[in-house]
Amino acid sequence: MSLGLEHYLILSVILFSIGLYGALSKRNAIVILMSIEIMLNAVNIAMVAFSRYIVPLLLTGQVFAIFVMVVAAAETAVGLAIIMAIYRGRETVDVTEINLMKW
Amino acid sequence: MGLEISFWALAAVGVIAALAVVSVRNVFHAALSLIMCFLAVSGIFITLSADFLAAVQVLVYVGAISVLIIIGVMLTREVQRGSPSNKLRFPAFIVAILFLGVVVFAVTSTQWPISSISPLEPTTAALGLKLFGKDGFILPLEIAPVLLLAAILGAIVIIREK
Repeated sequence: MSLGLEHYLILSVILFSIGLYGALSKRNAIVILMSIEIMLNAVNIAMVAFSRYIVPLLLTGQVFAIFVMVVAAAETAVGLAIIMAIYRGRETVDVTEINLMKW
Repeated sequence: MGLEISFWALAAVGVIAALAVVSVRNVFHAALSLIMCFLAVSGIFITLSADFLAAVQVLVYVGAISVLIIIGVMLTREVQRGSPSNKLRFPAFIVAILFLGVVVFAVTSTQWPISSISPLEPTTAALGLKLFGKDGFILPLEIAPVLLLAAILGAIVIIREK
């Protein structure tokens, strides 16, 4: 059985679901950030697979994946800075204990 | 034949590493599994004949983002407490499984307009033309550094000692 678009899409969905589960169910903010990275990687796989199988000469999916990587890098830097700032003030990265903006 | 074997091996490694990220107790081990997952995704890009993206994946994710995350793990000293689940663990599992089922159903029941042309290889020159050439993506490419600069400045301002 040769490889098709569906194989890559299903792999991408499996990785995205794992990331979704981690992002929703974890307490440690850094593990949540890691789960978000897994989800972004899954989306990149889907994007490159669409580009490879549907418009092989246009490469638009790969260009989009590059922009996703740029945004992911920026998001990780700012997210970790926010986690560090919270840890400095409250000595915890447990998201269930961070309720400063809750009323 | 080699392509199929490498795809299945890389897919297995990637999925197992991603499962380890969300299930291992030690946060540092989770970060190492995340690096393994990034490397497997880079291999998947190679099987999709996206050679430039595979190299960028190794440079950006394995080289930069994982170092950032490991520094984050080391600076917060939560390694001993591990990464426990919150109260939403079971509902989150149900939501993830439902999402997986719905999207797999949608993917398998759609008729994709598969093109029979073989893909470009190597892709680096074509991607450069696409990004910088006429009718390309030059405007988003020039907005991206502004976003990166804003993110760097924002991170410095947030983390600076008062």
